[in-house]
Amino acid sequence: MTAATDALEQAFRDERAAVLATITRRLDGDLALAEDVVQDAFVAAAVEWDRRGVPDRPGAWLTTTAWRRALDRLRHVRVAEARAPDLVPDVSYDLESEFDRSSIDDDQLSMLFACCHPALAAEARMALTLRSVAGLTVPEIARAFLSSESAMERRLVRARRKVSDARIPFRIPPDELLGERLDGVLRVVYLVYTEGHVATRGPAPVRGELCEEAIRLARLIVRLMPDDPEALGLLALLLLTDARRAARVRADGLLVSLEDQDRSAWDRERAAEGTSVLDRALRLRRPSSYVIQAAIAALHTQAPTWEATDWPQVAGLYAELERHEPSPVVTVNRAVAVAFAEGAPAGLAILDPLAADDRLARYQPLHAVRADLLRRVGDTAGADAAYARAIALTANEAERAALAERRRDAAAG
Amino acid sequence: MQYLIMLRFPEGAGAQEGTPEFDAEMASWGRLNEELNEAGAFVTATGLHLQSETTVRSRDGELTVTDGPYAEAKEILFSFYILDVEDLDAAVAWAAKMPSTAYGSAEIIPLAGPSQT
Repeated sequence: MTAATDALEQAFRDERAAVLATITRRLDGDLALAEDVVQDAFVAAAVEWDRRGVPDRPGAWLTTTAWRRALDRLRHVRVAEARAPDLVPDVSYDLESEFDRSSIDDDQLSMLFACCHPALAAEARMALTLRSVAGLTVPEIARAFLSSESAMERRLVRARRKVSDARIPFRIPPDELLGERLDGVLRVVYLVYTEGHVATRGPAPVRGELCEEAIRLARLIVRLMPDDPEALGLLALLLLTDARRAARVRADGLLVSLEDQDRSAWDRERAAEGTSVLDRALRLRRPSSYVIQAAIAALHTQAPTWEATDWPQVAGLYAELERHEPSPVVTVNRAVAVAFAEGAPAGLAILDPLAADDRLARYQPLHAVRADLLRRVGDTAGADAAYARAIALTANEAERAALAERRRDAAAG
Repeated sequence: MQYLIMLRFPEGAGAQEGTPEFDAEMASWGRLNEELNEAGAFVTATGLHLQSETTVRSRDGELTVTDGPYAEAKEILFSFYILDVEDLDAAVAWAAKMPSTAYGSAEIIPLAGPSQT
């Protein structure tokens, strides 16, 4: 790998969102055009940096190049004629210094808050964040959403048009709005991580780049709001969960359940960082959904073995989480913890009402967990039926294979 | 940036005319309009006589003028504002201050007029 390629990758990772934010602001919120010209600038950089060397300030170089492209395009695009006269005198405008003055962190956060604005459709927020903040390609995002590329492109076009037409602001919201806006941003970051952690489709069960991007964004948010329990809780949760990432996939690509993971493969440094962030969140004494989830993840990370996990405390935390945020996901997890703390029948008792609920007939984790518990109480036929149902509902190939293996084991007794 | 804010409310909702609550709401609208003026955000606003609506259609040179249509929508469009403010957040903040938002809704539509920058 050459120095130019390294520099380009680094600039893409660290500065792309900031360059995009600077250009979008200069284009008066025209995110669609800004995306195109920033893309052009990176393509130009791939050629130029290799040939002439990496510029001293890559971000500033990219900003200037993207801005020149924008002016070229505006001169050529008929629709823009009315605006071109306003923009042309700005050729001499010192955009490089604007890029340097603005903090890169702030620019990325501004872009993040714009992409997660509540005036955008919920499903558009994550797509736009992945495209404009994380820099993922449309095919990558389409894969993450199980959507066709053309449908994803249309969704993005529509979302960018709304950002520009309705003038959704590119800025970190003022204090009186920050709290409510933060919830939406954290939610999107959480979903980005989840999508990476449990890729819903395709051959790879884990997509590390999404996990890393989510953690990077969570760190940025914590830098902005160092005393917000939700922001700290989310970062702690992501770090503690991510510490186990390497042990989650076997050499042959199969997913390994927490129970069977090689705990020596866990990233202790990441876990320690997660624990210290969690401590900061706990000291604020405002328990929230992310903080409770992080505390659960910390208990798992601290346990020397699956059996030695502090199950009563895990079960208690899930009960608390259920009060904050009732959902079948939480109930299923509580059932697992209770099954270990008090025995499989107690876990099954929690799942029974869920299993009788038709709305959850297609909820895969319910059937997978129930299959495991039925197997433990010796109900071979019930376990087999539940495994079959779970397998039929699983799109991820690695997860299907893992379930099929457990089903065979159960049938063999 | 200019925004059209369309205000609707479900028939029968909100304070009834002749009650102290109604007078209090009217006073709130008055204060809001002053605030909008002072902030330089006010372009225009008016109530609508929706019960006296007329519809005009021209098809193949044939003009039809009809009474109505007295929307049967659940929410009645009763007023609109045009505001000139910095961005959508500012428009949302003003809409949130409109008393009818508490029992009806405010729809915010960006104006695409040539005067827009």
